[in-house]
Amino acid sequence: MKPRTRLAHLLMFAGVLYFAVPLLWVLVAATKNQADLLSSPALWFGEEFSLFDNIGRLFREDDGAYGRWIANTALYSGTSAVGATALAALAGYGLARFSFPGKRLLETALLGMIMVPATALVLPTYLILAELEVVDTAWAVILPSLLSPFGTYLIRVYVAEAVPVELIDAARVDRAGELRIFWRIVVPVMRPALVTVFLFSLVATWNNYFLPLVVLSDADLYPLTVGLTTWFNTAQQEAGTRVLFDLVVTGSLLAIVPLVIAFVLLQRFWRSGAGTGALK
Amino acid sequence: MASRSSRRVTAHPVAGVLFVLPFFLVVVAFLVVPLGYAFWLSLSTRSLALGTRFTGLENYLRAFTDPVLLDGLLRVVVFGAVQIPVMLGIALAGALALDVVTTRFALAFRLIAFMPYAVPAVIGALMWGFLYSRTFGPFADLPTLVGGAPLDFFGPGLLLASLGNIVTWAWTGYNMIVLYSALQGVPRESYEAAVIDGASQVQIALRVKVPAIRQAIALAAIFTVIGTMQFFTEPQVMARFAPAVSAGYTPNLYAYNQAFAYSDFHYSAAISFALGFVVFVTAYAFVFVNRRRGAAS
Repeated sequence: MKPRTRLAHLLMFAGVLYFAVPLLWVLVAATKNQADLLSSPALWFGEEFSLFDNIGRLFREDDGAYGRWIANTALYSGTSAVGATALAALAGYGLARFSFPGKRLLETALLGMIMVPATALVLPTYLILAELEVVDTAWAVILPSLLSPFGTYLIRVYVAEAVPVELIDAARVDRAGELRIFWRIVVPVMRPALVTVFLFSLVATWNNYFLPLVVLSDADLYPLTVGLTTWFNTAQQEAGTRVLFDLVVTGSLLAIVPLVIAFVLLQRFWRSGAGTGALK
Repeated sequence: MASRSSRRVTAHPVAGVLFVLPFFLVVVAFLVVPLGYAFWLSLSTRSLALGTRFTGLENYLRAFTDPVLLDGLLRVVVFGAVQIPVMLGIALAGALALDVVTTRFALAFRLIAFMPYAVPAVIGALMWGFLYSRTFGPFADLPTLVGGAPLDFFGPGLLLASLGNIVTWAWTGYNMIVLYSALQGVPRESYEAAVIDGASQVQIALRVKVPAIRQAIALAAIFTVIGTMQFFTEPQVMARFAPAVSAGYTPNLYAYNQAFAYSDFHYSAAISFALGFVVFVTAYAFVFVNRRRGAAS
């Protein structure tokens, strides 16, 4: 090790400890039953290895509520991410490569929309959806999640840099339709930007708590985040009468594993996405 | 000839409008209309005796003189004043470290630091809630090893710091990647001269690299400020561990409780709208000032 990077290494070592310890804790804690959870050392295994028993009970509790919550989360975040990415792709391309009245205004407004705090929209959105009588449906979570001004901005920047005007013009000379040009020429070129926007929308909806908390009251429609907190609240209130803390811990572990794996596999994309956020 | 060929390939403006239209409709439906509706609602008040009546800016007057809301606002400002510099400081240090080390270990560090971003805020708060607790966690009893009193992470004294740690844990890695990406964009030649002059790595980092990515640091800061002003999930989840989290602990929590605990949607809309407006104006002004200053320097 070169002496001039010793400080950097020391810093990274401390960072690894800090960021990893809570994740290691949840990994270890998920292998314990409730008794071991209370009595054994926090960062070491208990007397029994109960991970598989916990997982089995996790999926049986409340008539399989946890499985439904996973399915709901996947449905909400998958649909929202596909929809938000499609809207951002169309709009980003439209803004980058066309001119029409009102375009400048919309582009300026886009920056402003990114600055509107998302949670400030949650309560007003709830009130509108309540008027329209669509609260307590999957749509109440999915439709508001389609809004992605940042995704549109990112695609617009990407298209402006990466999709040559000549390519589009050549296709127009060949009398290709606009949609066909978009689908056959533009979409393949902007694939990295699409994956980035998809990934960020997916995580945003997967992690969302405030919106589903407000617009849903039917427990069968909950995503994981809201479902797990209701279990946790029950566990706090009925301390002892029902064994739930171990299920909350195991449920938390199973909820973060897919996203952590997705991030490890797709790190090329989130790095470029985060970078674009920095460079604008 | 040039004009003829360009006329032939020019797209119809209608096509551009059609590409943007679906997004525009979503913006209207889920941004413009909700904000407009919230503003309209905030202008009236509902009471048992008088029913719903137009009260103009009365709800805003009430909001800006409501001690609970002002306390919450002050709490969030104090929180941000400590947490944001600490988090961005660590993120910057991590990014600078990544910029000089390219080993496999650095790669692992980058991945592990980013992982908390993939953990939903709710689950992060639950995990830390367990870690902080005396019955489940390893930290609360640490002082007893040396004869001290156990730590109460949920008590009024430590609560804000406990929440700050959760947020720092979740977002440092994300900001680090943002700053690291910005560092990657700095041309190496700009500090070759400093190397020749015999400057140390630390000197180069502080004198050359940090000023070069000032823009990215400022943007990370503004996005963090936006997030902090809306602070909701962590305190809401922690309230189950910590009775000190009151209904008005943060402005956003207060707006939520006004709507769903007290059914006062008019006042809740006023708080939401006012808070969103303050955040929006701050963020927008900041970006513009920052751009102008960036262009001038």
